[in-house]
Amino acid sequence: MLAAIGVSSLQEVFERQIPEGVRLGRSLELPDGLGEQDVYEHLRELAARNTSVEDELSFLGAGMYDHYVPALIDMLTERSEFLTPYTPYQPEISQGGLQVMFEYQTAISELTALPVSNASVYEGPSAVAAAAYLAKLHNGRRRLVVSAGLHPHSIQTLRTNAHGYGMEVVEVPLTTGSAGGAQGVTDPDAWAQAIDEDTSAAIFAQPNFYGAVEDAAALSAAAKAGGEPVVICQVDPITLGILAPPGECGVDVAVGEGQSLGNRLDFGGPSFGLFAAREEYLRRIPGRIAGETVDVDGRRGFVLTLQTREQHIRREKATSNICTAQALNALAGVVYLSWLGRRGIVELGELLLARTHYARERLTALEGVEALHEQPVIRELAVRVDADVAAVRRRCIEQGVNPGVDLHALSARPEDEGGLLVAITERRSRADIDRLAEVLGAAVAAERGTAERGAQAPEPGADAPERGADAPERGAAVAI
Amino acid sequence: MSQLAQTPQQREPARTIFQKGAPGRRAFVCPALDVPAVDPGELLPARFRRTEPPRLPEVSEPEIVRHYVGLSKRNFDLDSGFYPLGSCTMKHNPRLHERVAALPGHARLHPLQDPASAQGALELMWRLQNALAEVSGLPHVSLQPSAGSHGELAGVLLTRAYHEDRGERRHKVLAPDTSHGTNPATVTMAGFELVKLATNADGGVDLDDLRAKADEDVACLMLTNPNTLGLFDPNISEIAEIVHRVGATLYYDGANLNAVMGLSRPGDMGFDIVHFNLHKSFTQPHGGGGPGSGPIAVSDRVAPYLPVPVVVRRTRTGTTPSGAHASEDGAYDLDYERPKSIGRLRGFHGNYGCFVRSYAYICSLGGDGLRDASETAVLNANYLLARLREHGVAEYLPLAYGELCMHEFVLSGGPMKRELGLKTLDLAKRLLDFGFHPPTVYFPLLVDEALMVEPTETETKETLDAFAEAIAAILKEAAEDPQIAQGAPYSTPVRRLDEVAAAKRPVIREVLA
Repeated sequence: MLAAIGVSSLQEVFERQIPEGVRLGRSLELPDGLGEQDVYEHLRELAARNTSVEDELSFLGAGMYDHYVPALIDMLTERSEFLTPYTPYQPEISQGGLQVMFEYQTAISELTALPVSNASVYEGPSAVAAAAYLAKLHNGRRRLVVSAGLHPHSIQTLRTNAHGYGMEVVEVPLTTGSAGGAQGVTDPDAWAQAIDEDTSAAIFAQPNFYGAVEDAAALSAAAKAGGEPVVICQVDPITLGILAPPGECGVDVAVGEGQSLGNRLDFGGPSFGLFAAREEYLRRIPGRIAGETVDVDGRRGFVLTLQTREQHIRREKATSNICTAQALNALAGVVYLSWLGRRGIVELGELLLARTHYARERLTALEGVEALHEQPVIRELAVRVDADVAAVRRRCIEQGVNPGVDLHALSARPEDEGGLLVAITERRSRADIDRLAEVLGAAVAAERGTAERGAQAPEPGADAPERGADAPERGAAVAI
Repeated sequence: MSQLAQTPQQREPARTIFQKGAPGRRAFVCPALDVPAVDPGELLPARFRRTEPPRLPEVSEPEIVRHYVGLSKRNFDLDSGFYPLGSCTMKHNPRLHERVAALPGHARLHPLQDPASAQGALELMWRLQNALAEVSGLPHVSLQPSAGSHGELAGVLLTRAYHEDRGERRHKVLAPDTSHGTNPATVTMAGFELVKLATNADGGVDLDDLRAKADEDVACLMLTNPNTLGLFDPNISEIAEIVHRVGATLYYDGANLNAVMGLSRPGDMGFDIVHFNLHKSFTQPHGGGGPGSGPIAVSDRVAPYLPVPVVVRRTRTGTTPSGAHASEDGAYDLDYERPKSIGRLRGFHGNYGCFVRSYAYICSLGGDGLRDASETAVLNANYLLARLREHGVAEYLPLAYGELCMHEFVLSGGPMKRELGLKTLDLAKRLLDFGFHPPTVYFPLLVDEALMVEPTETETKETLDAFAEAIAAILKEAAEDPQIAQGAPYSTPVRRLDEVAAAKRPVIREVLA
């Protein structure tokens, strides 16, 4: 090979190209390579030091959920033909992947009742930021009005991005109940007040971060009346079998985390973000889009289309810098939706609704546990425990039950102190919920007893708050 | 084309999953209602409810399997053949990585699991951060960005934060005209104005143009090295000096890192920020267009602004200023106490499933193995380039710039078009009939009829020879009858598709009854 190249050594190839001053000239300081079996053992040992949802009875959610993933998804996503190709730049040999994208787009349009879907974006929170950027391109306004019911990660991601493109983020609080606690939905008066003629987008979540079902139609209508911003809704697609779809609630752009549709937890990624919109936004939406066409013999086929939006054609004038979709994760999503089917997604939604309601009844019947809000809930509910929530969680986990997410640790909002966000997927049976009630009740009672006896507060541990640099003050709409 | 010559796949019309099945057919069996039945209208009032179920497919499990397996057979993939797609680094994806990523301790770990119960995952991330720091020569790493383009956005936002913290408002970012499209697109998304740099006669950055444009308004220069022509810029140290002299940062687009692992490090070249494409250099499978993963590594001066959270190891002597997170000696943790951070770029901690695969890859190869991979990638590229100089190919497809190349090279199809009437697109389509994935075409933009070839280190000499021979055969065929290539492909599930019509009248979903 060297003779064909016309050099005497491989070294010569590098010496002729890389200036001596920037050649490394030593080995990388990394461990020596290992054989396959040793790598497997090392990775298995690391995995063994994680507590997965198989190792405990887990009610963790808050953005990613332990839904059942059918076996056929593993089989299909592991096929070389789906796992190993690049983006379908050569459509004649990529019809499988392109048709999957087309089917995925159809399924997302159906779920959201919005006519236009792309082939997926990275994941949920960054999809919110991408939708806000679409709004900026659409109307050129400067303000983004955001419900505090959005997932904290979505709000934080939005702030990071908005600072780059020079937009102001204004947060609208949730309603306050008579007892001073949040009632769990976007405050309609503060929402209407915050939206003005310079509002580029009005953004809320359905169901929201606290599990509460919002009045999406009313929020959209109020936004439209207040200066016609682009109305953006972050949805959880698995609830859309029973919840009114965003397209029927006046929403312009629906985005969301797709993990609940047939994707594994993977400690937070990869998953996919869904992105659907009304027709008028078609030429501004980010990412890949598959479109139908015909070949020279008249056969039906699929291609990547509307590429004049994209970075490889439009460069600095592109509608986004995104190039990859999450094709393999979106494949899992559309296979999952086909597996659930038209009836299944409704049946699953009703089951989640019934079990989550049951869980709320059981948990709020416990001494020292109250509902954080009274809104309808579908797959997740929020309660407040009258005890140190970190200590309560530790006691439950010792019993093999992870009771859910410490709300304050995630949101850093003062009103979330004592809050626990409990996710109920179809994998959590009535018996599991009963077990949670038993263990949580005992833990709260024990902690309250401890507190009454005036014992020392438990030491802070791994549950310390995730302090975003940007925890908003509660009150009127806060400009950040 | 004759009806007689059609392949079975060509005879079968494309039907989507929505056109299959029948009402009532299904795969999913819903778990039984095991809680007391309550009126659903009470739990979720009608005004919140969907009135008509979404028109999802109604199909059985065997139908789903046959449908998607059938679709898979209409895809070309890396496991089936040579895939020399320039700038994409289509190297072999070891199956071990899929096996370890699927272990329940990795795949079924919830992202909000307490750090104390996710020590294996955090250690893996910490070790991967350290390995990427060593490969890049930049000490501080965030694994959070979801893809290369997301890493670029992170990098430019870091640059913005760096300058703002120093009280400076700079509004321009420089990038060469050969840069990947993501660079200029990112510049706009991060609120900067793009200034294009010219390319000199050798294919590198035009230093005079850089000197003229590098002023106090410039926040950053985004550069790929080796660049998209496959050339290592010999003036890289001088470029870094010019950029740093005006106080700007130097950003390294890591798309081409596969050329230099263990050979030359962006940090040593003077770069401040680098993004990695784990799905390129570190063999995360591309998945037909994602998922990817785009970690970034940065210098000391940019480190305070990194996204949160960062994985740290707590020791009694204290690796971080935080007291609130103190835990036992050597425990791994997520650090949020970074007051100058740009914030979050996405939910949770990044694409952990990709981290598992890329970490397994680094464990398999080790430091010297990574260098061997880059050396072999460069050897393979230069060998293939040499083969394409024989066989009467070079007069139609000359090398656009330089003599040798790094891990990839760019040919110009200009002479082929003029003398044989064959566009680069025709050559690419005819290659499909020979069982090869074509190289990247029509990029970079400044090369006429560009053809960008990246063979990677995991291909054999026999494969490279076969590819060179296929190119030669197509050119020979075209000299006799150019219409054959102009009408290609013939053997694929569909033939050339009408992309103009698709864009003019977009049909982007199945119309459902």
